[in-house]
Amino acid sequence: MKGTAWKFGNDIDTDIIVPGRYLIYTDEERLSQHCMEGLDADFNNKCKKGDFIVAGTNFGCGSSREHAPIALKGVGVSAVIAESFARIFYRNATNVGVPLLEAPGITEIIEDGDEIEVDMDEGTITASNGEKITFKKLPPFMLEILNQGGLIEYLKNKR
Amino acid sequence: MPTMSEKILARASGKENVEAGDIIIANIDIAMTHDLTGPLSVESFEKIGAEKVWDSSKIVIPFDHQVPADSIDSANNHILMREFVKKHNIEHFYDVNAGVCHQILPEKGHVVPGDVIVGADSHTCTHGALGAFATGIGSTDMAMVFAEGNLWFKVPETNRFNITGELKDNVYAKDVILHIIGKMGADGSTYKACEFAGETISNMTVSDRMVLCNMAIEMGGKTGLVEPDEKTIDYVKKRSNKPYKVFKTDLDSSSLDIIDIDVNDLEPQIACPHNVDNVKPISEVDQEIDQVFLGSCTNGRISDLRDAAKILKGNKIAKGTRMLVIPASKEVYSKALDEGLIRIFVDAGALVSAPCCGPCLGGHTGIIGPDEVSLSTSNRNFKGRQGSPDGKVYLSSAAVAAASAIEGKIVAPE
Repeated sequence: MKGTAWKFGNDIDTDIIVPGRYLIYTDEERLSQHCMEGLDADFNNKCKKGDFIVAGTNFGCGSSREHAPIALKGVGVSAVIAESFARIFYRNATNVGVPLLEAPGITEIIEDGDEIEVDMDEGTITASNGEKITFKKLPPFMLEILNQGGLIEYLKNKR
Repeated sequence: MPTMSEKILARASGKENVEAGDIIIANIDIAMTHDLTGPLSVESFEKIGAEKVWDSSKIVIPFDHQVPADSIDSANNHILMREFVKKHNIEHFYDVNAGVCHQILPEKGHVVPGDVIVGADSHTCTHGALGAFATGIGSTDMAMVFAEGNLWFKVPETNRFNITGELKDNVYAKDVILHIIGKMGADGSTYKACEFAGETISNMTVSDRMVLCNMAIEMGGKTGLVEPDEKTIDYVKKRSNKPYKVFKTDLDSSSLDIIDIDVNDLEPQIACPHNVDNVKPISEVDQEIDQVFLGSCTNGRISDLRDAAKILKGNKIAKGTRMLVIPASKEVYSKALDEGLIRIFVDAGALVSAPCCGPCLGGHTGIIGPDEVSLSTSNRNFKGRQGSPDGKVYLSSAAVAAASAIEGKIVAPE
């Protein structure tokens, strides 16, 4: 997977990912219009399908709103790569089919706007200057859930 | 030698023993969703293709985030949820006139010691104050629970906060938990069960313990817990006929970290923008305020309203500052009426609203604008949490909120 990395800081909470006033909506399209708007009002326009979010520690902390990973999916983020993730968000993102890659050290080698490459099989992220970093590979059952687009699809296909 | 979390999860998964790190499937005793996360849960439930919920007596649905409906979209969400309640004969449904979910659950006797409780709301950890294992989950996980009645969990390790010392006058449970979060950091207990123990906790009321457990999530905790004692059982027996089981932590457990906290010299604490772990003692905060919010699942209980009314009685809210008082439930509201507290708030110039989540999450009422400053007794001060991303939210106890409303700036009660 190749794409542009959009870089954010530590403790990016789910109110930043989707503010509370938009939780009355449940569809990807409308939620994605407000994704990250508190930090970057133009994020929905500049993030292209296949791009990545790179962030520091504790990404996705705060509320249990599944609207947050749905919005990220809606803007086309192909994976969030962070130093670490918050617990509820980790489950929710997997359930809706957004891969989360935990890569300690990632914020040191990636700059905002870098073109990066992610190799899911190898478990590596390559920065535009060629520098490489490994991420904790996902267990096979999680990869399977993500490949099928989320937990519901996975269960439906299993039945 | 297990922790209380390990013991509860062993019981719920039908195993003799479970250890931190184990992946288990636990049977769920209570599953809660509300008007804001409910629609996604219902959508996912319908996508799974399940025809019936696993147990219509174990699902609790309160409306609290957008009540009464403030837009056609939220009215539609309410309609969708009411139809789900009707279709599946959900026994415990609380419409727009009841109160905040985390107040309703214990108050109406849905929470008893030893239960496993999941809620599609991150502050579900509140219910560990009664010795249950209670945790927040997303809407897809909730749909799975609706269909199957169980869910997978990774058994957490435990941070046990051993809290000692006597709180000074005008220092409250809220100050204790803000102090702990400031010390631990926003991810200082990620994936861990947070137990609150020690003499200070034994001396606290059940309401105070709920304040601590409520905010365990703000340091990443999977749940907050207090070992049940006489006060717990007294609270539960008045409200529930459900069987319960008391579990306590073995202190020689290998999955336990004990963290000592001395609160003898603690002064009122303030969480400053834009993170809950940005905590300062009130003496280091100098800040004028536009809005004060007294309420929420953290500090909207009758004890909070009493603390605030004591300070507001005979005083007026500062010119240029507005105050919203939102009791956490109908029961709290009724008590506040009987005790004359509502009269005190109204006379002081506050707006008193019907029980709901209010401005806490910036979705419904009391939203702040650019460059406005809110002082709130709720649990989060993230950027944009109560409205404009250019606004600021500070967090405090109910007493500090009341004293500050009178002065128009953040001050400690005298």
